[in-house]
Amino acid sequence: MTTAPAGASLDAPALRRRVAALVETHDPATTDQREFLAARFDAGLAWVHFPEGEGGLGAPRSLQAVVDQEFERLGFVPTGREGLVIGLGMAAPTILAFGTPEQRARYLKPLYTGEEVWCQLFSEPGAGSDLAALGTRAVRDGDTWVVNGQKVWTSLAHRAHFAILVTRTDPDVPKHKGMTYFICDMSADGVEVRPLRQLTGEAEFNEVYLTDVRIPDSQRLGAEGEGWRVAQTTLMNERVAIGGHPEPREGGLIAVAAHIWRTRPELRTPGLHDALLRLWVEAEAARLTKERLRQQLAVGQPGPEGSAAKFAFSRLNQEISGLELELLGEEGMLYDDWTFRRPEGVSLAARSPGFHYLRSKGNSIEGGTSEILRNIIAERVLGLPGEIRVDKDVAWKDLPK
Amino acid sequence: MSEKRLDLLYTEVEQELRASVRSLLEDKSPPEAVLARVEGDQVTDTALWKELAGIGVAGLPVAEELGGAGAGLRESAVVAEELGRCVAPVPFLGSAVLATTALLEAGAEAEGDIAALASGEAVAALAVPLATPPGAAFPEAVRAEDGALSGTVTGVVDAVTADVLVVPAVGPDGPGLYVVEAAAARVSPVVSLDLTRPLAEVAFTASAARRVASGEAAGRALRRALTAGAALLSAEQLGVAEWALETTVAYAKTRHQFGRPIGSFQAVKHRLADLWVAVSQARAVVRGAASAAAAARQDPGDAEAAREAELNAALAQAFVSGVAVKAAEEAVQLHGGIGFTWEHPAHLYLKRAKSDAIALGTADRHRLALARLVDLPAAEVG
Ligand SMILES: Cc1cc2nc3c(=O)[nH]c(=O)nc-3n(C[C@H](O)[C@H](O)[C@H](O)COP(=O)(O)OP(=O)(O)OC[C@H]3O[C@@H](n4cnc5c(N)ncnc54)[C@H](O)[C@@H]3O)c2cc1C
Repeated sequence: MTTAPAGASLDAPALRRRVAALVETHDPATTDQREFLAARFDAGLAWVHFPEGEGGLGAPRSLQAVVDQEFERLGFVPTGREGLVIGLGMAAPTILAFGTPEQRARYLKPLYTGEEVWCQLFSEPGAGSDLAALGTRAVRDGDTWVVNGQKVWTSLAHRAHFAILVTRTDPDVPKHKGMTYFICDMSADGVEVRPLRQLTGEAEFNEVYLTDVRIPDSQRLGAEGEGWRVAQTTLMNERVAIGGHPEPREGGLIAVAAHIWRTRPELRTPGLHDALLRLWVEAEAARLTKERLRQQLAVGQPGPEGSAAKFAFSRLNQEISGLELELLGEEGMLYDDWTFRRPEGVSLAARSPGFHYLRSKGNSIEGGTSEILRNIIAERVLGLPGEIRVDKDVAWKDLPK
Repeated sequence: MSEKRLDLLYTEVEQELRASVRSLLEDKSPPEAVLARVEGDQVTDTALWKELAGIGVAGLPVAEELGGAGAGLRESAVVAEELGRCVAPVPFLGSAVLATTALLEAGAEAEGDIAALASGEAVAALAVPLATPPGAAFPEAVRAEDGALSGTVTGVVDAVTADVLVVPAVGPDGPGLYVVEAAAARVSPVVSLDLTRPLAEVAFTASAARRVASGEAAGRALRRALTAGAALLSAEQLGVAEWALETTVAYAKTRHQFGRPIGSFQAVKHRLADLWVAVSQARAVVRGAASAAAAARQDPGDAEAAREAELNAALAQAFVSGVAVKAAEEAVQLHGGIGFTWEHPAHLYLKRAKSDAIALGTADRHRLALARLVDLPAAEVG
């Protein structure tokens, strides 16, 4: 396997050669997935834009798509990773941007291989869209911090080994200024996770109570009082769809509806036909938009379309899954299973249309509501004036709660 | 389902072409000039068309041997966007797209007619109602008898200024595509909803005609011309939508009510954000349609490419025409009273957008075309 220094000489063919070299020594067909992913991490092919030794090669971010495509072509697409979205999509880029070398060395690899699961302790009963209003307190005690508060809607907290956590460390300054960001060990004393049943019947998410939880200062991410800036990085990564794989026509939920239509002629009506075709068109427009974004990233011209992707996706999922139920008529009035359970991740494929319908209602709330996303597009992309702010110069402790 | 990966970006050459077309149009055809022109006797700006032709716009997808620029439909689509952005009253759609494509697809017999169109020296029109969708049956309004045509066609775009008419007609030996000197027909202008795009009724009475394609070839040439037209029309619609969005966003930043810019109200802001999302989606769809159309033209024998072109053109009309209408409607609404006046150009865009949404087939017709192409069959009404 080549060990030539990475850097500017990296291009698509060079990366394909590196992929080939890795597959040569670790046949994905016979190697255990976690072991394979560890080797891929060591080869710098996890996130090519990360530094060498931290899962990457310091290559341009756009080349990640080349690597992913190549592994896909060779028949290696990791499975069962639904439960890792927070770690992979949000914790990793935040740790990369703000973590110390020790933190990066400790957390990135097991996060990538799936050995350690992450959750996000951001939302609180009093702070959701207005995340900077949060009140969970962290008070310094020598080399550790003592944390007290309550988080809510926390997906996967019941499976998580670690959490990214935002707290209030200075209540006497305006809300954005007095926050600090930590990595929290979910097995620490004082962390209590309680399932919160959601409208689908199951509990992906939880309430998390933090009572005198001691977090060493070495687990702080970014400077004291800089928590909002760190959280911004997390949120940006949560919302921006990053290139990834090209999707085939009729990928996603529209495939389910189209399949029902094709195989069940007795369900067809003219009105449903037009509704289905409208959504087919919308789905294809959304796919091409994502594909265009991917092509832009690949030639190094990222566009703001990324912020539209999540927004469009949630609306589309909601509409398609709604039609799916109507299409099924009588069967649409049934549900697969109301048993209270704790899923490993979010997988739509294995569940019934009723579940698709209900779960997709969360798509326009999780990761920023559609209203907040519209504000972001209007203000940051279109440059329209911001909302009137009444809380800007007021100390957090004096804000109405 | 397999599909070729479409290039959805703009090349540098395309961006340069855009810049030169835009600067010419900004200079020669600002909205006030278009408004003044639609109130005069001659809507079509023939002088502007000659200048555009001078930079190659009329013959972009025509091979150099035939007198064109030897570019492709992707480049034509960029021009269509720019023409849409300023609702330019030039015979691009009728002559450079519909008639020229029909002649190019007709084959060798028609090659002699193309050079004059590609240089902008002559203007042609395709004698079908502009509302005709690509999948329509071969038109029978005109009959061919002993090399002469008789019959009447309504709603023909750019016929008013055409020198030559390309006419689908049916004779005793079946369908054919004919070329007729405009002087041999009677062209009567009608009042069209789109002030910037003149339509006419064209009547033939034993008008002398020359056949350039017959039988299946004539049908195929017509269908391909209409398909390419639908793809390029979506690019024009994108231009219309972009103008409407940009103009309205700019207005929302400066117009104050209740002590604030109206763009700071969420009720306004969220609508503009939605529109921006729709326009960025439209851009991807339009680029897909243009690329698929270009690929089909490049390799006329490739049936799969032809199918992809039809599919992407139908998708584009099914999606983008709605976006353009929505954008123009929002522009009128969010400008308030000024948006409802004759002096503000918003209405020119509204009229263009709405009539474009009917041109070359309404969205529901295109959805039905898609249903056939992607195997989502209609319900049997029993
Ligand atoms: C399925 C799911 C999974 C989640 N997973 C996690 C997780 O793992 N970790 C985590 O920390 N959080 C998680 N969340 C929480 C999520 O981020 C919040 O629910 C979300 O940010 C909204 O906050 P809220 O629930 O407090 O609603 P609120 O902020 O109270 O909003 C209520 C309504 O008011 C609207 N609104 C609020 N502010 C404005 C404004 N300025 N302008 C216009 N409208 C406004 C909202 O759009 C919404 O419609 C999850 C949520 C869901 C549904």
